[in-house]
Amino acid sequence: MTSNVSVTVNGESYHVSDVEPRMLLSDFLRDRLGLTGTHVGCEHGVCGACTVLVNGDSARSCLMLAIQTNGAEIVTVEGLGSPEHLNELQAQFREHHGLQCGFCTPGMLMTGEDLLRKYPLATDEEIREGLSGNLCRCTGYQNIVAAIRSAAAKRSEQAS
Amino acid sequence: MKPAKFDYVSPSTVEAAVAALVASNGEGKLLAGGQSLLPLLNFRMARPSILVDLNGIEGLSYIEDRDDRIAVGALTRHRDLEHSPLIASKLPVMSAAMRHVAHLAIRNRGTIGGSLSHADPAAELPMLATFYDATILVQGPSGRRTITPREFFVDALTNCLEPEEIVVEIEFPVLKQDGWAFEEVARRFGDFALASIAVSVLRGPSGLEAARVAVMGVADTPRRLDEAEAALVAMELDDRTPDRFSEVVVSQVSPNDDLHASAEYRKHLLGQLAKRALQTALAMKG
Repeated sequence: MTSNVSVTVNGESYHVSDVEPRMLLSDFLRDRLGLTGTHVGCEHGVCGACTVLVNGDSARSCLMLAIQTNGAEIVTVEGLGSPEHLNELQAQFREHHGLQCGFCTPGMLMTGEDLLRKYPLATDEEIREGLSGNLCRCTGYQNIVAAIRSAAAKRSEQAS
Repeated sequence: MKPAKFDYVSPSTVEAAVAALVASNGEGKLLAGGQSLLPLLNFRMARPSILVDLNGIEGLSYIEDRDDRIAVGALTRHRDLEHSPLIASKLPVMSAAMRHVAHLAIRNRGTIGGSLSHADPAAELPMLATFYDATILVQGPSGRRTITPREFFVDALTNCLEPEEIVVEIEFPVLKQDGWAFEEVARRFGDFALASIAVSVLRGPSGLEAARVAVMGVADTPRRLDEAEAALVAMELDDRTPDRFSEVVVSQVSPNDDLHASAEYRKHLLGQLAKRALQTALAMKG
């Protein structure tokens, strides 16, 4: 059994045929659409590296089936900015050196985007709670927290 | 790993979903939020022949005010409960517990019906259903019936549903209370609880008129502690009450040693959390 999947990813429409029900969204994005910015770490929802936005909410793409996203709007890390034009959160990650090897970074950014929208992030504790589902083996998290703290501060500056 | 092959249907009514389960001869699995099922599929610990996706069914996601009860549709996402002003005002213990439910991305997808059906003994929603003594409404081939949490949670990861039954709604009674608390300890914020307790108290003319106590992480299912409730109501309220309550709570549980924590450590944690929870609940003013 296979199906067709029609989905919008980073503003572009894709119509893909011959998708098996068991194909994970993470594999669909990487192998069928060639969007390899989404990283696959643990494949069971623990590490958070594969986090993307589905209809505006962060979701682990290894815990969704591609066929479930028919008609959905997805944003991956490729949709945030480009090397020449980083978005605000990406710029803060660069500014604060919020990454080392970079494997967890796509998931950190997509989680960060969702956190900035849903929570006040007034304290580091809130930021750390919000990031608790994303594992990083290099940085010790300090600079990731600093990057998000700074992005949250810039956001509230703009709002006032 | 990747899941083994399966077929997939996305029915638009509960009746059609039940029919798909009946047709699968026990080989079918329901897909709600998928936050517990997908890991099992990826590890091939579950190998259903067909997945029945409930996400296409309209009208299963709602939080409804029924005065002294709050009804929650089975497909309601954890984040909707977390951010609901109605839940915050009518079911504050649930509201406080929701931020402990896994992590942001999982709360965006996971559903209450899925969490209850998965029946993890250290998950917040089964514990909250037990704490509130919720009514679980399920639908099967012969219609609908209601189930109490005590019947529903049979064992770790085991519920009492027939293979063709689907949870459709959970109704939570609004508790009369003057104070409450929810406490949990997990290794990493958002992980499954090593120990957790929820407490609610209603003051009477002298001492307490009523008390509600539920725990998780210390047995194969979440548990209401009837004996601890009765003991708390009988206690005189003074500086020592939280310590005495803590002793009663610990005496009512006998957790097993496991990979995550020894039985002694879980009991110690629960005792400390019980004391802290009662202090918080008693410090609240109506």
